[in-house]
Amino acid sequence: MSMNILLIIALSPLVGAIIAGFFGRKIGKIGSHLVTIASVAVSCILSIQVLMGLVNGEFTVFNQNVYSWMVTGDVSLNVGFLVDSLTALMMSVVTFVSLMVHIYTIGYMHDDPGYQRFFSYISLFTFAMLMLVMSNNFLQLFFGWEAVGLVSYLLIGFWFKKETAIFANMKAFLVNRVGDFGFLIGIAAVMMAFGTLDYSEVFAQLPQFADKTISIFPGVEWSLMTFIAIALFIGAMGKSAQAPLHVWLPDSMEGPTPISALIHAATMVTAGIFMVSRMSPIFEMSDTALSFVMLIGAFTAFFMGLIGIVQNDIKRVVAYSTLSQLGYMTVALGVSAYSAAIFHLMTHAFFKALLFLGAGSVIIAMHHKQDMSEMGGLKKYMFITFITMWIGTLALTGFPGFSGFFSKDIIIEATHLSDRWGSSVAYIAVLFGVFITALYSFRLLYLTFHGKEKMDNHTKEHLKESPWVVTLPLVLLAIPSIAIGWMTIEPILFGGFLSDAIHVLPQNDVVKEIGQEHFHGAGSFVLHGLTQLPFFLALAGFALASYIYLKKISIADNAKKTFRPIYDLLQNKYGFDDFNQKYIAGGLVSLGNLLWKWSDSKLIDGLIVNGSAKLVNKISKVFRGFQSGYIYHYALVMAVAVILFIGVHVI
Amino acid sequence: MNSILGWSELTPILPELIILATACIVLVLGLFTSSEKGGLLVLTSIVGVVFAAITTAKFHMGDHELTRQVLFNGNFVRDYMGDILKIAVYAVMLFVFIYSKQYLRDKNIFKGEFFALMLFGMLGIMIMISGYNYITLYLGLELLALSSYALVAYDRDNMQSNESAMKYFILGAIASGMLLYGMSMIYGAVGTLQIDHVALQVSNTNNTMLLSFGLVFIMVGVAFKLGAAPFHMWVPDVYQGAPTATTLFISSAPKIAAFAFAIRLLAQSLEGLFDNWQHIISVIAMLSIIIGNLFALQQDNIKRLFAYSTISHIGFMLLGFVGGIDGYAASMFYIITYALMSVAGFGMIIILSCKGFEAEKISDFKGLNQRNAWFAFMMLLIVASMAGFPPLIGFFSKLVVLKAIVDQGYYVMAGIAVVFAVIGSFYYLKIIKVMYFDESESDQEITAGFDVKSILSFNALLQLGLLLFIPSILSYCIKAIETL
Repeated sequence: MSMNILLIIALSPLVGAIIAGFFGRKIGKIGSHLVTIASVAVSCILSIQVLMGLVNGEFTVFNQNVYSWMVTGDVSLNVGFLVDSLTALMMSVVTFVSLMVHIYTIGYMHDDPGYQRFFSYISLFTFAMLMLVMSNNFLQLFFGWEAVGLVSYLLIGFWFKKETAIFANMKAFLVNRVGDFGFLIGIAAVMMAFGTLDYSEVFAQLPQFADKTISIFPGVEWSLMTFIAIALFIGAMGKSAQAPLHVWLPDSMEGPTPISALIHAATMVTAGIFMVSRMSPIFEMSDTALSFVMLIGAFTAFFMGLIGIVQNDIKRVVAYSTLSQLGYMTVALGVSAYSAAIFHLMTHAFFKALLFLGAGSVIIAMHHKQDMSEMGGLKKYMFITFITMWIGTLALTGFPGFSGFFSKDIIIEATHLSDRWGSSVAYIAVLFGVFITALYSFRLLYLTFHGKEKMDNHTKEHLKESPWVVTLPLVLLAIPSIAIGWMTIEPILFGGFLSDAIHVLPQNDVVKEIGQEHFHGAGSFVLHGLTQLPFFLALAGFALASYIYLKKISIADNAKKTFRPIYDLLQNKYGFDDFNQKYIAGGLVSLGNLLWKWSDSKLIDGLIVNGSAKLVNKISKVFRGFQSGYIYHYALVMAVAVILFIGVHVI
Repeated sequence: MNSILGWSELTPILPELIILATACIVLVLGLFTSSEKGGLLVLTSIVGVVFAAITTAKFHMGDHELTRQVLFNGNFVRDYMGDILKIAVYAVMLFVFIYSKQYLRDKNIFKGEFFALMLFGMLGIMIMISGYNYITLYLGLELLALSSYALVAYDRDNMQSNESAMKYFILGAIASGMLLYGMSMIYGAVGTLQIDHVALQVSNTNNTMLLSFGLVFIMVGVAFKLGAAPFHMWVPDVYQGAPTATTLFISSAPKIAAFAFAIRLLAQSLEGLFDNWQHIISVIAMLSIIIGNLFALQQDNIKRLFAYSTISHIGFMLLGFVGGIDGYAASMFYIITYALMSVAGFGMIIILSCKGFEAEKISDFKGLNQRNAWFAFMMLLIVASMAGFPPLIGFFSKLVVLKAIVDQGYYVMAGIAVVFAVIGSFYYLKIIKVMYFDESESDQEITAGFDVKSILSFNALLQLGLLLFIPSILSYCIKAIETL
């Protein structure tokens, strides 16, 4: 493939963003959305072409530097592209979901005064995300990483007059700093150990570093690879919202719904998953790091799902389900099933974007009310949204045949087969996660679309299906939500499609084991799935949700009263937020106050800064006398200097 | 001995010949042009410089790029460093011509001689860059110095201008005397004046006493021309007293020449005495940084302030001489960027002055932001670059010099330099504060023509734009030093 195609793919959304951002007022609303949609559509079509080319074998892997930014000593910092199967897949998913979200936004943001600004941001986001996935070196990866973070920050606070939105974007920003700190340390460690930031050069040197250790604190030896892998993963924990750095994601729902779908469900939050897969050669060298990854993922998958059950805000339910699904992907990474993680990433991108956009469609109909306790019975009014939401939910809960089924079952199976330390705990977590997923997902559907209509009369009169720009993306996303798993499971997982990008040690390769021993085509996989425990657990969740929310809603209230402590614990999200705000944020503020009052204003300002300034001032006043203006004074100074120099150096 | 002057010997000095011819043409033209039509003189000068630039560039790109051509019985050399420095001089001189035209018009002292003198001075600069014999170098120096004396005294009805010219002339004559005295000592010790021969003989002779004696005097001459402490006393008086157009000139291109002069004499011919002169150089450099920055704090005249700032910049540049090959390259980078910075700074003073008004007090910059936000921003760029704030070019030039000496293990000197650069940032910040936070005292409009305005804006934006070219400029400098 030629560099020009790749440049067009990456830069076209940037051009769109610049035009909509700087000239938005001139070209108007329609001009802005046309320009950005066209630019993203170009990227999307070309990305799919690149992917197809790689599948057909028409293209080979592209790894080349495009621009040399800076050369310092032996290190050169470049902008370059590495486009292999993994990248091409990510590019296609990102641009496709982005295109859908662009179209959807026309309907969702219709009357918003920041219409052009919004389009500019989401195009800019697409550019940043493409730079992230297409990068061939750590520096550019970090650039993309921070750029998507920036746009995410801007978009969470898009409605900047809303207090909660400003709080949420500040929170997202700060929590991501914590993750980025780890990430940056990881990159620095790579730089220090390998002397280069280029992926291929780093990976090529890996074997020599397998047994190397470093001591950060004197006397404590750490394996270098474990250190690097865990530091990089801390970055991934921030971006992909893994506990305990997950706290920003639910709050990010304060932003407009289209970006919840694009950034906080389908693409940006999966950047961490992508990064770990890309770094698979590094992670493979440390079992300790992979166990860490797996356990963090398992914790997130199980416990975040539980919170979803008690939420009433329709978007927050979907947000907690996103956390839980990201946990699944992380577990997959932890058991070396990178391809399964990427596979789940892809299917999840489609159905989760669908669920978010569907929720957005409901929110439009409800005049921007998000509380599910005021909804109910909406299926009469919005049929397309209703059907597509059902499809998305079935995919999410892993109903056999839907895309989510394939990816989630593979992850559960891979965890089961893995013999990594702690994998049995992770297996239980992901297995019972299925039950919880079904419970909160169907609860959402029932509360929203079924049952009694609980909204007020004014809202009820205006209930109607959303315009076509909203429903079209829903339909277009529903198709891959049903079919993409069936179509691609074989090539992606077992056909070696990702083998040029992902490196798994033979003894860790659980996906291959599944492929050789248990997989006999997608059809039989579905049939097999119907007899397995996850399916029954999902069914149990479905049955429980149906019974409670269709038949006897009073059970929910009774349960709330009976299990008050547990309910409170979930409502408080296990106390993460309270802890952070009270001890970390509060503690830092009081420490800052202390330092400011004593150390800064007294010691630094008073003594060091002002004191030295006064001293310098005095000295310079004294010396000023030398500059008298008389030639003979000047000549004398010269003569004295000459004599001194000669005195010191010659004699 | 090859005594016949062939065309092949004249070609490499074509740029010098062009500048000489232009100077003569301007001198004659000046007799017949009134000050209203003076644009013709500026145009001729510019055309001459551009032609010279083209010829230099052509040699530079040609087959001889990296080879050194020694001509006229070893009196003259064309090499990579010379080409690069000359190109920098051309660039600086173009700015100088354009800004000074504005100034001379406003002050009603527009005469042909001014440009002719500048062109002769420029010729001197080019000879200083390319001289390969102590005598040639000295001739170049004197040509430049004589032109400069006349230029400083140019506004002859102005007492201050005359006074400073007198000081400059007398002190300059003393320094020249010392320089010649030092050269004669060296000649006495090694029996030759040609750079490479001296270099050869220095390592063979054991008369180090005589050599060191000569060396000290030569260094005094170099330090005086650079305006480095403790031979800096003339700098503030001359900068302040001279017409701003002259200050503009002597603060920029001649510094590049002085750098080349120092490289030819110290690094090229007296390299064998490196251990001797590097001590003196470090003392001079440290003194310049300290004195320059401390004295600048007390100034309220901006030309005088820039004079002290020049002294500290020169100190910084000389620091690089301690750092060996990398250090020379860093100094070269420093002096080129400094010349472009300084010319922009004085350009700013010129553009704010107008008929009957000289914007030379810091208070004249008060509230510039309200009067003209664009040029306030340009001044901000220039001043911040001088102070060495990242990401402007002035920061990177300081950085490369410091890196070069830290690599050689001179941590203490680097530390002192940084501390005084921080102290120095105070007076730069004062200018910025005055421009942005004080109330304007006058409602003086900027009357300069569009050409001057746009060229000055370009010059100021270079402080930012050059960032893109740092690696390439730096690699030119390294190549220039390596091919000496």
